[in-house]
Amino acid sequence: MMGSAVIIARREWAAYFASPVAVVFIVIFLAMQGALTFNAGHFFDRDQADLVPFFTYLPWVLLLLIPALTMRQWAEERRGGSIELLLTLPITPWQAVLGKFLAAWAFCTLAILLTFPFVVTVNYLGHPDNGAIAAGYVGAVLLAGGFLSIGAALSAATKNQVIAFVLAVAACFLLLAAGTATVSELLTRLSPDLAHIVRLASVADRFNNFTRGVIAARDVLYFASVIAFFLFLATLVVGEKRAE
Amino acid sequence: MSETLIDIVHLTKRFGAFTAVDRVSFSVARGEVLGFLGPNGAGKSTTMRMLAGFVRPSSGHASICGYDVQDEAVKARTCLGYLPEGAPAYRDMSVSDFLRFIGRIRGFDGAELRERVQHAVALTNLQDVSRLLIETLSKGTARRVGLAQALLHDPDVLVLDEPTDGLDPNQKHQIRALIRHMAPRKAIIISTHILEEVDAVCTRAIILAQGQIVADDTPLGLSRLHHTGRLEDVFRSLTVPDAA
Repeated sequence: MMGSAVIIARREWAAYFASPVAVVFIVIFLAMQGALTFNAGHFFDRDQADLVPFFTYLPWVLLLLIPALTMRQWAEERRGGSIELLLTLPITPWQAVLGKFLAAWAFCTLAILLTFPFVVTVNYLGHPDNGAIAAGYVGAVLLAGGFLSIGAALSAATKNQVIAFVLAVAACFLLLAAGTATVSELLTRLSPDLAHIVRLASVADRFNNFTRGVIAARDVLYFASVIAFFLFLATLVVGEKRAE
Repeated sequence: MSETLIDIVHLTKRFGAFTAVDRVSFSVARGEVLGFLGPNGAGKSTTMRMLAGFVRPSSGHASICGYDVQDEAVKARTCLGYLPEGAPAYRDMSVSDFLRFIGRIRGFDGAELRERVQHAVALTNLQDVSRLLIETLSKGTARRVGLAQALLHDPDVLVLDEPTDGLDPNQKHQIRALIRHMAPRKAIIISTHILEEVDAVCTRAIILAQGQIVADDTPLGLSRLHHTGRLEDVFRSLTVPDAA
């Protein structure tokens, strides 16, 4: 069962690098992440050897770039007609969805790992808590997985790449913004219970736990559930809407 | 009659109020080459898509090698080689990479995978272009790539939607010879607009009009349906309401 998904993932992975998508994505990701960390995040002025500004901006950069990666996942198959070929091979829709997700996730992991010069820099400048940094990276990869699964479901649901992109950005934004202080304060005034629930559903607090060096089972479980839920949704949509 | 490999019972597809395929029933045995004829929009491709498990029927059943194409989809597709309309492929891949991908999904690897790909390439005469990207190929050559993909695992059942469309006369001749050569061991359905193809390769032909079967006979039997004895006149008289 896993075999076909891996074969599909390998094909997708090769397709990223057969087009300029891979290079453009990685260059823009590193440029944005660098600019925000150094300029907006005052990386040097803070006089602290840690990656707090780096991890503060990372979710927002992923929020913008990951939907650009996922929007073509199914739209491209539909446009070229290859969806008919793929879904009449002896595989299940789940294997196709999982394969595409694994390729995208591996690709995002590569992009995130390519930020290693930041880690080298803080280690050169001082003595950071490398455990916390490693945990932050684990959190970043899980966060990317969550965003990718949301993007996959929305890409399966619409033929239109622009719509898939905008909806995915909006959905990821809601999930991220729901945990910010501004939204929390606003909701607390309306209803403390609601504020609590929204905060629980948000990715922001979960991700911040990782960046503080805490890898808690319930946070890992949270991201695993988000990924599983949206991939399940994507599978249903692909199964139902395959011929449209 | 030898063993039935394709069985279709009351297959129906409605798109809203429009009925594209209307209670179509037929079966195809090993050794038969069934020509699927009919004007554009008669429901040929939709029927083939339902048989391949890509389009879900509104009602009715289809099975391949005894496996229901909906309930036992993966098993049914293992026995099936399918060339979708327009021969879609991953156009950013080279011919040999693409065929290797299909072969891996079909469960081959190592030396066997290499042999299968080589054999399929040889059957469809793609030796000279196997390193080229599919997007650079002519329409006829891309069609042969689609055919190679369908033949790769030597399936019992072949469903080919316009396999000779876009081919030059020499290539057409070659593909017809190939189909005749394989015919005794397989059950084959080919759709076509070229009526001479029916005489050239088919043991039997079905004419569809407005989603219904209007004729199902041997080429000889069909030609007797019109006093001129020409298939073209038979086709017109059955599919154009006012034609005599």
